[in-house]
Amino acid sequence: MNITLKIWRQKNANAKGRFVKYNLENVSPEMSFLEMLDFLNEQLIKKGDDPIAFDHDCREGICGACGMYINGRPHGPEKKTTTCELHLRSFEDGSTIVVEPWRSKAFPVIKDLMVDRTALDEIIRSGGYISVNAGSAPEANSIPVDKHSSDKAFDAAECIGCGACAAACKNSSAMLFVAAKVSQLALLPHGKPEAARRVQKMVKKMDDLGFGGCSNTYSCQIDCPKGIDVEFIALMNREFFKAKVCKSKAK
Amino acid sequence: MGNKRIGFSTLSQKYVMALAGIFLMLFLVVHLTINLLMIVGDDGELFGEAVQFMITNPFIKIMEYVLFGGFLIHILLGVILEIYNYRARPIKYAKSLKTEKSRFSKYMIHTGVIIFIFLFIHFLNFFFVKVGFVPVPEYADSPHDFFPMAVVVFQNPLYSAIYLVALVFLGFHLKHAFQSAFQSLGLNHEKYTPAIKVIGTIYSIVIAVGFALIPIYFLFFYS
Repeated sequence: MNITLKIWRQKNANAKGRFVKYNLENVSPEMSFLEMLDFLNEQLIKKGDDPIAFDHDCREGICGACGMYINGRPHGPEKKTTTCELHLRSFEDGSTIVVEPWRSKAFPVIKDLMVDRTALDEIIRSGGYISVNAGSAPEANSIPVDKHSSDKAFDAAECIGCGACAAACKNSSAMLFVAAKVSQLALLPHGKPEAARRVQKMVKKMDDLGFGGCSNTYSCQIDCPKGIDVEFIALMNREFFKAKVCKSKAK
Repeated sequence: MGNKRIGFSTLSQKYVMALAGIFLMLFLVVHLTINLLMIVGDDGELFGEAVQFMITNPFIKIMEYVLFGGFLIHILLGVILEIYNYRARPIKYAKSLKTEKSRFSKYMIHTGVIIFIFLFIHFLNFFFVKVGFVPVPEYADSPHDFFPMAVVVFQNPLYSAIYLVALVFLGFHLKHAFQSAFQSLGLNHEKYTPAIKVIGTIYSIVIAVGFALIPIYFLFFYS
């Protein structure tokens, strides 16, 4: 199949970027989106051009490294699919595909399609520690966890931290990400002792980093490659309220 | 690094926004219930009694100030959050096919601004007469004699049209507002969220259609 790509090229964080058009002929519909970019980069390198910079790591949809805004959607048009697992068969032959980096004040562009997502790590770091004993594995039944809570915590823990929620949100809000991280610990007994402090600190960090607020459009859930549910945002709101009203101030 | 914001976190602001919104939604129910008395067909007699109760009851008088507070907080926070959110993405996407589960959620500030402008017109027609900013028209007996004022306003097709259009946007605003308020307050659960969504839809339709009945009645069925 033949495709036309309009890709955002930007030399470095401070340079002015622009879209560059590339025509690719005879690409296989079975290629993944990243393989197609590799293929294009090989051609660019052979010509002596600068290859397109993009993030990627595992290429099997679990690491959260890849992420670009493809044809107006984070990770492209397929539901619950990361960019690395998106295939060219999802696009029509002869179509033009627009590829942009995540756009958010909190995600500055490093180069081309690569953005700095340190902000997400900073939010996690601000959450602090959990009080579990290090060392050998504890006896499995010493802390009982009900099935419902453990299932829910697992659902929240599915978040791979790619940042698609913030990229999809009209307010560029990272609420779904923060909610998933708050929830996975708040739902389990292991995360309870520091729960009040954690949620306050993480929310504050999220605001400080320049992410927007939530206006409940729920586009984050639709575009999340792991389908994290917005019910976790409500859970975080509850945790936040409990912490603010019932607990002492976060230090 | 981040954008400047007022002292409270965005989450706290959303909480206050939601609480103020719920209060305003309750007000709309009271407002609609009393106003529908205008169209029972007794030339505003029952409605006049209700108005008399509302302007003499001390609790209602206090609630009037609370109501203004609610409006003010809801509007101010709405604008502050919108500016803050807008600045969270300084460079916009070239191509964006945004999806959302709640269709009207994207346009809350737009429908909000329309309702705000409408509120001013609505105040000019009625509330400003009551508080004395606008002189009492000669066809009304007192600043609280709203029935003849409503007849004159709504028999003007232009005013009726303005009210009807504004009510459509109010309906859109409420459609998202209702379930959004619960979500912001952290009340989202597989057990009751589907019910909240249905009730929210019914509520927004009842409010919009209910209020729309009044100009329609005076325009077409009252003489």
